[in-house]
Amino acid sequence: MEPFTRLTAVALPLVRPNIDTDIIIPSREMRSVSKTGLAGGLFAGWRYTEVGGREPNPDFLLNQPAYRDARILLAGANVGCGSSREHAAWALAEYGFRAVVAPSFNPIFFNNCVRNGIVPVLLPQECVDAIAGAVLAAPDLARPTVDLDARSLTMPDGTGYGFTLDGESWEMLRHGLDAIDLTMAREDIAPFIAADMRKRPWAYL
Amino acid sequence: MAATLFEKIWRDHHVSALSAGVSLVLVDRVLLHERTGGVALKSLAATGRAVAAPRQVFVTMDHVVDTMAGRGDRTLMPTGTAFITETREAALAAGLTLFDLGDPRQGIVHVVSPEQGIVLPGVTLVCPDSHTCTQGAFGALAWGIGSTEAEHALATRTLRVKRPRTMCVRIDGMLAPGVTAKDLALHILARHGAAGGAGHIVEYAGEAVRAMDMEARMTLCNMATEFSAFSAIIAPDEKTFDYLHGRSFAPRGTDWDAALACWRTLRSDEDAIHDSVLAIDAAEVSPMISWGTNPQLAMPIGGRVPDEAASGIAAEAYRRAIAYMGLAPDAALEDLPIDGAFIGSCTNSRISDLRRAAALLRGRHVAPGVRAICVPGSSVVKAEAEAEGLDAIFRAAGFEWRESGCSMCFFAGGESFGPQERVVTSTNRNFESRQGPGTRSHLASPETVAASALAGRIADPRRVAR
Repeated sequence: MEPFTRLTAVALPLVRPNIDTDIIIPSREMRSVSKTGLAGGLFAGWRYTEVGGREPNPDFLLNQPAYRDARILLAGANVGCGSSREHAAWALAEYGFRAVVAPSFNPIFFNNCVRNGIVPVLLPQECVDAIAGAVLAAPDLARPTVDLDARSLTMPDGTGYGFTLDGESWEMLRHGLDAIDLTMAREDIAPFIAADMRKRPWAYL
Repeated sequence: MAATLFEKIWRDHHVSALSAGVSLVLVDRVLLHERTGGVALKSLAATGRAVAAPRQVFVTMDHVVDTMAGRGDRTLMPTGTAFITETREAALAAGLTLFDLGDPRQGIVHVVSPEQGIVLPGVTLVCPDSHTCTQGAFGALAWGIGSTEAEHALATRTLRVKRPRTMCVRIDGMLAPGVTAKDLALHILARHGAAGGAGHIVEYAGEAVRAMDMEARMTLCNMATEFSAFSAIIAPDEKTFDYLHGRSFAPRGTDWDAALACWRTLRSDEDAIHDSVLAIDAAEVSPMISWGTNPQLAMPIGGRVPDEAASGIAAEAYRRAIAYMGLAPDAALEDLPIDGAFIGSCTNSRISDLRRAAALLRGRHVAPGVRAICVPGSSVVKAEAEAEGLDAIFRAAGFEWRESGCSMCFFAGGESFGPQERVVTSTNRNFESRQGPGTRSHLASPETVAASALAGRIADPRRVAR
């Protein structure tokens, strides 16, 4: 996973509450047992004129030239609710998104973002609204900068917003770490299990 | 020191603190299905990692499989076959227990696991499926994860978990006759919103919960993910132990005795402190139905669609929801004509759900023009229903009677309801195009689905004489 330091990019404002993972990628777009080949299905229900089709819906912002290269998603509260499908994060990442800005995240989606190099930027609703307002007025110019070291999102006019991110997620994103490698290198799991098997034999099959 | 139920299980599984608020937690059980589990197994194998404890991993086919009689690996869903065959190959190669097509134990993962005694009180259980919270009904810490996290659990028997806050949702008093756990779940969502449980493990407690059987508890816990909760949990009691005793993978003999001694300690201590508490008056709950495109947009069946100001959501989202659903502010839902009726899903497809629906359907027939479908939650449920003659009641009433699976709870490019068709459904999600492109889904209890199918209109099941 590519380490994340700092990103200045076009933002896609979709500030609606409860953007579920069916919206981010409909089930019908999950066509193979694979983590790739999903970018075309991103937001398919909103992005194309017909189910299963690829005719762009001109009303959907991502299809408009100013937003085509968006790498930061601005969303409403409870983003990523619904199905646990990691395909939502895979599709976003494959398209090029590296940050999602929202007032709240579904917990599974939050983790899926972190595991795939997408920074979850938690900001209050009024901040997300203000950023979206600026972006809508001038998408090319009002490109937010997400700085992971500073844990901040800054607009070109200097308006800055600090966000919180737990240390574990920060570490994974900042250094592009693979959590499985880190955990497999640990030496405390085997002794813990050995002791637990004596304590809770019934839990082991 | 006084501890909550969650804290007791967390403590038992806490391997190590990693960073502020994040811990390495032991995982006792991993469940997989062909939709999101196959990709995890494939990816694990591709990176040269092995499943660390294959005996504690279970795989079932539920999401992609057809539910027609005589089904096989071919699916109505385009490219569905690959999900089935590749998951099967990966599961067998890793030496995992597989509930394959044709296996009498096959079914929806959250129905199968309790049936087989895989979930137990006090265990940690994960599955790359958001409705894993269903299994918290057994006093397990069971939660949904992504596929990459599933790989982590498979390879290391642990997960890196941000410790959730605890919320006690106490249901005081008793649900009225004809009011179900599903209605209660929708009531809580309508009252406290789709993000009401964010960041929390929700412990359901109180008189109404104690009075519920295990299947009703599963229905209640099932929709905790719609509440954006980390998961849900209910303290185990004699009903839990009775349910699990003798199940295939449940402990036996001295192990059972040791387990029981441990399980009896699994409840929040009297003076334990939850980070937040919600009190719900069970008497205020009536049969519910959703009117919008998120489960929080629900109301009593006899109610009227709230206006924008009272809807609790932003103006654009409100307008989009009512336009999609073909409704107007202040519209009544009761007596609205319907096109479809669906009983199934991990929310409401167990034997008690089918029995209650059948009690309304017996000797009656669904209204002309209504397509009605019943999909038992597992092959075990289906066999049990058939032994009781429930299939005959459903069929005589005009319902299609299917093989078990997730079926039309979601549209994956195969079978679906039609555009703008109005469907009353016992499932858990009413998102746009969830059950078919443009399909309008109204979430409700199995009783309400049955009553509405009979009437051809959205109907209050309490008005259908038994």
